[in-house]
Amino acid sequence: MGNPATSHLGDRLFKGLTLVMALSVFVLIILIGFELAHGSSTAIRQFGWRFLISSDWDPVNEKFGALPFIFGTLVSSAIGLLIAVPLSIATAVYLTELAPLWLRQPLTMFIELLAAVPSVILGLWGIFVMVPWLSGHLFPLLQKYLGFLPLFQGPIYGPSIFAGGIIVAIMVLPIITSVSREILRSVPGLQREAAYALGATRWEVTRIAVLSYAKKGLFGAVILGLGRALGETMAVTMVIGNSPQIVKSLFAPGYTLASVVANEFSEATTDTYLSALFEIGLVLLGVTVLVNALAQLLLKTFAGPGVKPQH
Amino acid sequence: MTVSNHHWRKARNVFMQAFTFVCAILVILPLLLVFFYLLKQGAGSVNWAFFTELPKPVGEVGGGMANAILGTFILISLASCLGVPVGVLGGVFLSEYSHRRLNWWIRFTADIINGVPSITWGMVVYALIVLPMKGFSVLAGGVVLGLIMIPLIMRTTEEVLQLVPNGYREAALALGIAQWRVIVQIVLRTALKGIVTGVMLALARVAGETAPLLFTAFGNAYWTHRLTEPIAALPLQIFNYAISPYDDWHRQAWAGALVLILLISGINICVRTLTRDRFSKRA
Repeated sequence: MGNPATSHLGDRLFKGLTLVMALSVFVLIILIGFELAHGSSTAIRQFGWRFLISSDWDPVNEKFGALPFIFGTLVSSAIGLLIAVPLSIATAVYLTELAPLWLRQPLTMFIELLAAVPSVILGLWGIFVMVPWLSGHLFPLLQKYLGFLPLFQGPIYGPSIFAGGIIVAIMVLPIITSVSREILRSVPGLQREAAYALGATRWEVTRIAVLSYAKKGLFGAVILGLGRALGETMAVTMVIGNSPQIVKSLFAPGYTLASVVANEFSEATTDTYLSALFEIGLVLLGVTVLVNALAQLLLKTFAGPGVKPQH
Repeated sequence: MTVSNHHWRKARNVFMQAFTFVCAILVILPLLLVFFYLLKQGAGSVNWAFFTELPKPVGEVGGGMANAILGTFILISLASCLGVPVGVLGGVFLSEYSHRRLNWWIRFTADIINGVPSITWGMVVYALIVLPMKGFSVLAGGVVLGLIMIPLIMRTTEEVLQLVPNGYREAALALGIAQWRVIVQIVLRTALKGIVTGVMLALARVAGETAPLLFTAFGNAYWTHRLTEPIAALPLQIFNYAISPYDDWHRQAWAGALVLILLISGINICVRTLTRDRFSKRA
């Protein structure tokens, strides 16, 4: 056992093995970028930049443009974040600063469980419970009181961009909450004590000493949530109505980048059609990689290696 | 003036406590509603036939999801064969060998990959495996889930290895044991529970993945006998039944969803409560 030559060799082999495994992440990211770019080469050659600004989606005549999907993705993500961000950050504040100690653990457990609910199950609940409730109760109410805005005009179908946005909100609530919670927990206790020593109330301590200190990290948490919102697939596909159009009304059905791939990829009959879907995937990949890189940089520069990665 | 100011500050303090409490309730409300409806709509249909029979064709009432349940287990077992070794060994490198700059880039890339929408993984594996093999397959489904597991497991493994006290490593090295044996026999063994937790959580996560399976595993109404055939999976079956127009399929979708969520939250609750004490930074 004590032979230095063999253990030296063993050390080098083991280190080499773990290094190769660790480097696999670079292989993965190159692989995903290459395969999607390769798959979409036909569409890129045929449509060029027009693909991103054209709103035709006509598989029969082989005319493809991604604009309605980009629109649907952006609008549903925006609605999702508008709902989820205030709720999540307030919840994170409650969990780390204001809640009684005995309540923190069980509430955190519930939020972790919500994070574990598969998208397809949320979608199932969305189709049969949430959408009927929205079109029966909430949407008519909104139309009655906010109907002067173009956003809340037009016929109520049920499956709609708005329903998609709400589902996105539910999907990103747990991740924004738990990352924000980690951020707030990493605020040094001295910050709080200093504010308490000045006679601040609990909320004032939170606002002055904690929230202003953690601003950058919380922004990172929100951007991370945006990355998830943009890529959310199954639940959104099941409630958004899947109709490639750009309309002002939030009650109208829409379509997102991820859902068009989910719905049409295995039915794409021609090479151009398949290639157009690959290009949609490429757009989605590009946007989410950029957004996630930004989020990681914000989170890493906020807290160094102390803040846990979230998935 | 100062007295009323003081009252106002106190009132605002109470108000913010109440407000954030209400927000917390709103955040967990969807979870409670989903569980409530799953139990209400699904519990009645979870019976013996559900676990033992194949799906019935349209129009015939009854049948089960036996093939989909087995399919999910086969797919996540295959995925583990790829995801666990690569993820755990990669995590060992990140934690045990310090190359500051390189490790920063590996972490950064792993975290970005974690955020890539899972459906794009499905497209990649479609191009890599399904097209060359000319068909949807168990293999493609297992590979896509395995790829998704790699960065998840890598990061959790690194995290638990960092919690092993440095004294353990130093004591063993001082006895003249080679570093790789210290890592395998001391560090990994000490952190085993934490690593298993990470692996189980990653399994729970991919067990519910639907999007990447749509055009890799594809789904199957019958039993699958070969790695090169399409295979059913619980989430796929739930999706296909949920968007179908048949009431009996909707009933089955609820039952399938109930079984899937019990499986996933069961794993989550078990590993989190069992390992909370040692390898967790949570309060």
